[in-house]
Amino acid sequence: MQAANANGAETGPTDEYVTVYVADTLFGLAIERVHDVFVPSGVTPVPLAPSEIVGLLNLRGRVVTAVCLRRRLGLPDAVAQDDKASPKMAIGLEQTGETFALVVDGVGEVLRLGADSREAVPINLDPRWRNLATCVHRLDGRLLVILDVDALLGFSAAGAKAA
Amino acid sequence: MDDLLREFLTESGEHLDTVDAELVRFEQDPNNQTILRNIFRLVHTIKGTCGFLGLPRLEALAHAAETLMGRFRDGLPATSESVTLILSTLDRLKAILADLEATGAEPAGSDDDLISELERMASAEPEAAPAPAPELVLPEPVSRELKPGEVSLDDLEAAFLAAPGPSEADFAAPISAPVEAPKAEAPKVEAPKPAAPKAVAPKAEPAEADSAKAEPAGDAEAVVATETTAAGSKIQTIRVNVDTLEHLMTMVSELVLTRNQLLEIARRHEDSSYKVPLQRLSHVTAELQEGVMKTRMQPIGSAWQKLPRVVRDLSAELGKQIDLVMVGAETELDRQVLEVIKDPLTHMVRNSADHGLESTAGRVAAGKPARGTIRLAAYHEGGTITIEIADDGKGLDLAAIRKKAVERGLASQSDVERMTDAQVAKFIFDAGFSTAAAVTSVSGRGVGMDVVKTNIETIGGIIDIATTAGRGTTFTIKIPLTLAIVAALIVRAGEHRFALPQVAVLELVRVDAGAQRVERINGSPVLRLRERLLPIVSLTGLLGQSDGQGDETEQAGFVVVAQVGRERFGILVDEVFHTEEIVVKPMSAKLRHIPMFAGNTILGDGAVVLIVDPNGVARQVAQGIQGSNSHADADAESEAADVGDAKTTLLVFKGGQGSFKAVPLSLVTRLEEIECDKVEWLGGRPLIQYRGRLMPLVPADPAITIRSEGTQALVVFSDGERAMGLVVDEIVDIVEERLDIEIAADRSDLIGSAVLRGRATDIINIAHFLPLAYDDWARGPKKAEQVSTLLLVDDSAFFRDMLSPVLKAAGYQVITAASAEAALTVLQSDARIEVVVTDLEMPGRSGFDLVAAMRSAEPRLARLPVIGLTGTVGADVVERARSLAISDLVAKFDRSGLIAALAEISATNVSQAA
Repeated sequence: MQAANANGAETGPTDEYVTVYVADTLFGLAIERVHDVFVPSGVTPVPLAPSEIVGLLNLRGRVVTAVCLRRRLGLPDAVAQDDKASPKMAIGLEQTGETFALVVDGVGEVLRLGADSREAVPINLDPRWRNLATCVHRLDGRLLVILDVDALLGFSAAGAKAA
Repeated sequence: MDDLLREFLTESGEHLDTVDAELVRFEQDPNNQTILRNIFRLVHTIKGTCGFLGLPRLEALAHAAETLMGRFRDGLPATSESVTLILSTLDRLKAILADLEATGAEPAGSDDDLISELERMASAEPEAAPAPAPELVLPEPVSRELKPGEVSLDDLEAAFLAAPGPSEADFAAPISAPVEAPKAEAPKVEAPKPAAPKAVAPKAEPAEADSAKAEPAGDAEAVVATETTAAGSKIQTIRVNVDTLEHLMTMVSELVLTRNQLLEIARRHEDSSYKVPLQRLSHVTAELQEGVMKTRMQPIGSAWQKLPRVVRDLSAELGKQIDLVMVGAETELDRQVLEVIKDPLTHMVRNSADHGLESTAGRVAAGKPARGTIRLAAYHEGGTITIEIADDGKGLDLAAIRKKAVERGLASQSDVERMTDAQVAKFIFDAGFSTAAAVTSVSGRGVGMDVVKTNIETIGGIIDIATTAGRGTTFTIKIPLTLAIVAALIVRAGEHRFALPQVAVLELVRVDAGAQRVERINGSPVLRLRERLLPIVSLTGLLGQSDGQGDETEQAGFVVVAQVGRERFGILVDEVFHTEEIVVKPMSAKLRHIPMFAGNTILGDGAVVLIVDPNGVARQVAQGIQGSNSHADADAESEAADVGDAKTTLLVFKGGQGSFKAVPLSLVTRLEEIECDKVEWLGGRPLIQYRGRLMPLVPADPAITIRSEGTQALVVFSDGERAMGLVVDEIVDIVEERLDIEIAADRSDLIGSAVLRGRATDIINIAHFLPLAYDDWARGPKKAEQVSTLLLVDDSAFFRDMLSPVLKAAGYQVITAASAEAALTVLQSDARIEVVVTDLEMPGRSGFDLVAAMRSAEPRLARLPVIGLTGTVGADVVERARSLAISDLVAKFDRSGLIAALAEISATNVSQAA
């Protein structure tokens, strides 16, 4: 894809993304899929669950399933210090009537991005990442990986086992 | 779709269901004008509304049906044939309605077939109508039944003329009037039984005819009268969308949670100023909850509505005479529960009719009334509803079930013999289990009962069978009143709290290192509870949280004694808090596969806890999967289990000079302790009479002498009809361990030795002992004419060593290979190999890979028969095996199964060669 009109980004359709970071990578989630941003607390782990699922938590009277983005991406867990009273954040997502909490290391700003900075997912990416990403945006000084929410939540018990 | 249409659909659906049931009643009681009038009115309503809404197809059909029913009203006898026709018309109406609901428009299509048939029947003269079709559902002699229709023609006509035509607004009023009259009249002419005079009453005796008519009508009227009062009170009801109710329910659930949270706070604070209002809030919430729950309640009769029709159709199809008795139709239960049990109930009634009840001839021969009865009963019992489905048929054929269970490998012969009848009966709930000799269109395919059980268990219900040969079978289903809110025990296991539904909990027992302590048999914890041994599972172990070393935590804690079905077990937890009414929330779709949890809930303090599913726990208990094993089973992170390292269960005994010996438990048929004076000597060989046969005894070691006093321990092995008793000094233990065999000494009676529980133990070679007992055992039951060569592929040295002697004993030349690669090399170089026996689960290239490689290789290998050895026979394995043309799948330890499979292959080879 060519950035034909690098500076004239005001024109053309733009999409808004909520940015989150995990490890050193910045990820974007389509804003219309994001229902909440909150600090997860009181997570009840579910024994025997797929490893991606860190547990269940109470979000204003609703039980939501917390999914760890790190584990989903095949990254190691964050170091032990921020395991318990963690400053972690969670993004409330909805899929087929169920609410999920995507646990991330932190939440950044909301970005409005046009097609001009968009790139296809590089083919040399880890297949696991490639399946979860829709595209990559070139930002100043860093890259933003846009995640496909449905693919993110579209894992099954069997899939987790295979992975 | 507009509201009007939606309303019409719901209403018509209900009307049609009623008509279904009423028609069946009418057929049995053709003189009952009230039923007929009711049917007529309902069909008329449907027809009218269809016309109004512009649904020509429905209208035409309903009109034709109404015409025929009008003829009934005019005195045309209601024959089985005509009722069947109307019933199929109703089915068509329902089909059209279903389409209408799905698409919002009447589907295209023609109903000329039904309409012309209906018209033909309606135009038939009453005199010409006496269709000789036998009346299946009638209690009295069949041939006479046609007459009352003719006889009462005048009366009927008169009654109809007297009664105002069916009109929607005021149907309730006119009905009550005729009720009075016949009722008053009936006792006067009580003497003749209703059916007998019916048959003979000529026109000349109007008085008697009257009484005949009055009697049955009186009964039915009473029922209808109550129905009409119910109908009358319908003015007080409104239709509410189910979603609205569900939403209301959710909101009340939230309210209950919030109240619980408030109560929790109040418990911590001494400030009493808000205690009183809080108390009121609590009461109001409880009442509100109860009220909302009530709106979800429906009488179970609505799930039964279809059944009379189902039974009628079945009775015609199967040629059996069946009565359906329904008791307690007004018993109310949660709509959600009702939905779940609807289909299982129908299925079970069908089953009872098809399998349970004998044929009419069979019943008469057995000295039972010709008409079979299926009895449905529902009643409240504590917080549960009990539903019974009973038939007075032949009862379950337990012998056939036992046989089938062994055939299907669900249990071993010895297991089956030990089981109680009730346990055996439960095999019918296994998937694919059917003892029906013939598969009928109704049932017998072996699908269904497992689904029934699963459905009932998903809602926390239990199902039991009681059966008496020749007397019938009764299924008892116990289900909770509601699923939404349950009382649960909050417990702690490890670091987390869990909720255990109270329905499954019998009692709590505190255990510590003192008097009430958990003991272990081979590592499996058990508890002595009032002179009974209770198997214990630890919740932490079950959930894979302990590191297998839960000894310290198991010293003290609580055992929750639970019962699921007939299974009683204890769940060991660390702490028990209190009971709480919890709102069950379903598990996320991502977590629903974990059998251990029934859902989750939010406690008063806002924490989410998981609800343990006692059914899931019971299954785990039964499978004996504990701690590390279940962990390996379910934990996604655990590495693929190395099948080669699979654990083997071994029986350890003392044999000769205090040495320890072991044999795979799966080869053992039974353990016996015999009185020494029972041992007889015949031709210098020891024998005992065992189960009506002579069984030779063989010492497990030359050093063992058979005792002359006291008791003697035996390990019994059997193969088909023959059995052998291995004489041992003492049976020590059963251990499950990974076998690491060091190949033995040059002794043919040993395979080798291994370290079990820290003791050096000899693993004995059973193949050595069998020929000692029977000279011909070694030759095998069906010895092949020429010696065939087979290739045995197994990664585990233990299995190779175990099976080779057995196969050699059966008359095969055995070549072994330790991996798929080695096997392929051998196969390519050795043309003598005629059969391949391979383990399907091997590290690296599996048995399947091996077979796949063979099938795509040169023709000789591609055609070679293969027998697969497998630990688990799942549908997927079977499917894969079939696609690779694997001749047979045999369970890993099933020695006789393997020999039989080999014999079968040799037989086909010979016949092909011939």
